[in-house]
Amino acid sequence: MLKIDGLFKQFGGFVAINDVSFELIEGEKHAIIGPNGAGKTTFFNLVTGHLLPDRGTVAFQGDDITGRPPHRIVKLGLARSFQRINIYPRMSVFENVQVALIARERREFRFFTLAAGLCGPETRALLELVSLADEAEELAGELAYGKQKQLELAIALAENPRVLLLDEPTAGMSPSETEEAIRLIREIADARGLTLLFTEHDMTVVFGIADRITVLHHGEVIASGAPEAVRSDPMVRQVYLGEEEVGNGAA
Amino acid sequence: MTGPMTRPVLAACAVVLVLLALVPVLESNYLIDLFNEIMIYALFALSLNVIIGYSGNVSFGHAAYFAIGGYTMAILLTTYQWPLLPAFAASVAFSFVASGVVAYFCTRLTDIYFAMLTLAFSMLVWGVAFKWRSMTGGDDGFVGVDVPAFIAERVPFYYFSLVVIAIAVAVLWVICHSAFGRALLAVRENPVRAGFVGINTRLMRWWAFVVAGTFAGIAGSLFAMVHRGMYTESAFWPESATVLIMTLLGGMYSFFGPAIGAASLFLLERLTNEYTEYWPLVLGTILLVILMFLPEGLAGLAKAVRRQILRVR
Ligand SMILES: Nc1ncnc2c1ncn2[C@@H]1O[C@H](COP(=O)(O)OP(=O)(O)OP(=O)(O)O)[C@@H](O)[C@H]1O
Ligand SMILES: [Mg+2]
Repeated sequence: MLKIDGLFKQFGGFVAINDVSFELIEGEKHAIIGPNGAGKTTFFNLVTGHLLPDRGTVAFQGDDITGRPPHRIVKLGLARSFQRINIYPRMSVFENVQVALIARERREFRFFTLAAGLCGPETRALLELVSLADEAEELAGELAYGKQKQLELAIALAENPRVLLLDEPTAGMSPSETEEAIRLIREIADARGLTLLFTEHDMTVVFGIADRITVLHHGEVIASGAPEAVRSDPMVRQVYLGEEEVGNGAA
Repeated sequence: MTGPMTRPVLAACAVVLVLLALVPVLESNYLIDLFNEIMIYALFALSLNVIIGYSGNVSFGHAAYFAIGGYTMAILLTTYQWPLLPAFAASVAFSFVASGVVAYFCTRLTDIYFAMLTLAFSMLVWGVAFKWRSMTGGDDGFVGVDVPAFIAERVPFYYFSLVVIAIAVAVLWVICHSAFGRALLAVRENPVRAGFVGINTRLMRWWAFVVAGTFAGIAGSLFAMVHRGMYTESAFWPESATVLIMTLLGGMYSFFGPAIGAASLFLLERLTNEYTEYWPLVLGTILLVILMFLPEGLAGLAKAVRRQILRVR
């Protein structure tokens, strides 16, 4: 589905992603883990067109999409959410999701179609899904952190992607919010047949969702495979030693 | 700003329209000219706000498109003796094309670089108006525009102007509240995220610039007719600054804010000039007050007051 070959990126002299090759199989739920600064977000940025790789290629469903701008990659069915809240703060929660739908239906250049009520039912359904229906008219910037994170997810889902990249979808959430978010993500992925690629520090989340895990360390893939195999990999254990015990919960 | 046309807003628009239509009843040439000027600048400021309030970029050179519309109208009506409608259509079309070309370059940049490039292009337009004497009259101005007979008198022209501006403002309102307008707000709020939901942010900003330039061109065309002339001052940078101040004073986060700003600034200027000759000083003070205390302008102030009243009740 998504095939990455020899991806390489450096910032100044610092190599953030070092010859990463990677394949995402249709329908799987794949986690990328690794310590802080391992290059997970950079990897996402390279795949989604936010950053240009120095070398290597990204292919989506057989198409080489390396170097294409994000707005074109999204249209192919590859959406993402962000680690740091990335919404439209001075627009309402409703409008935040509505804009994604307007763009998906390619109506962003309709100059004489009034926006009020446009894509209303679908917007409300998505807000319902992430439990934000009651906050529809509030300003997105004034929502509590956990709810903004949910909004982030709703915006990504509005693009109706086939592949969804989630960058730490539960970071900063309370344990109960995290649990709810995991349930929701798993449910949506199954219901829509989504292929999921996500990063996460919380190992309960990782092992709760993923059916394959790739471990990134200093920009290199050091292990990849089924959760059990990765959990017992000696290299992985070494990397995580002193930071956290893989599979033992808390980050 | 993003909501539908609410009843109070609709009612206010109707009242303003009726009041404007009644101005000639006062039989004061001074007032008719003043209000005609205010309407023209209101449209000019509203057009600038598509770039500022809706797309989130600051233009320091918006006068260029006002001037292009004005000079085109003046030249076609007078030098080439075109009838009104084709001349108007051509002047609007030319403003569209000119702003489209400039926007192509400006939208490659953002922030201060964008602003400076708009300024540079406006100086270029000013330079052409200044140097191309045979066509524009240079620094003597283009004097004596032939206005068609049916609107040659003051009052008929006032109504012509009122109708054209009312239609233009209505169209601009629809554009700002359309699917395009909503997506444009997303670009202003967070261009990165807008890109990631599939919006071509540069193209959006290009269109915002072109819409703004085109409507500025309409305002400029009317200006050339009401003044029976066009002058290089209209393309000069202080003119761009004036319309920018109007927009900020009225409030860039409200559709009608800039129109309120235009009216307020005009009335204040006339009043101040009655008593003192220190208009620049007053203007400076106004600017200071907006920047320090009224970041959302008069419209923002009105909103805050209304909220306060509702809370007290
Ligand atoms: N735009 C940039 N310019 C310079 N350095 C960068 C840039 N983006 C990331 N880096 C560096 O690249 C490295 C990888 O960062 P990245 O954000 O991809 O890590 P991460 O795995 O997502 O970490 P975290 O778990 O903290 O989110 C870090 O050392 C970071 O400082
Ligand atoms: Mg990260």
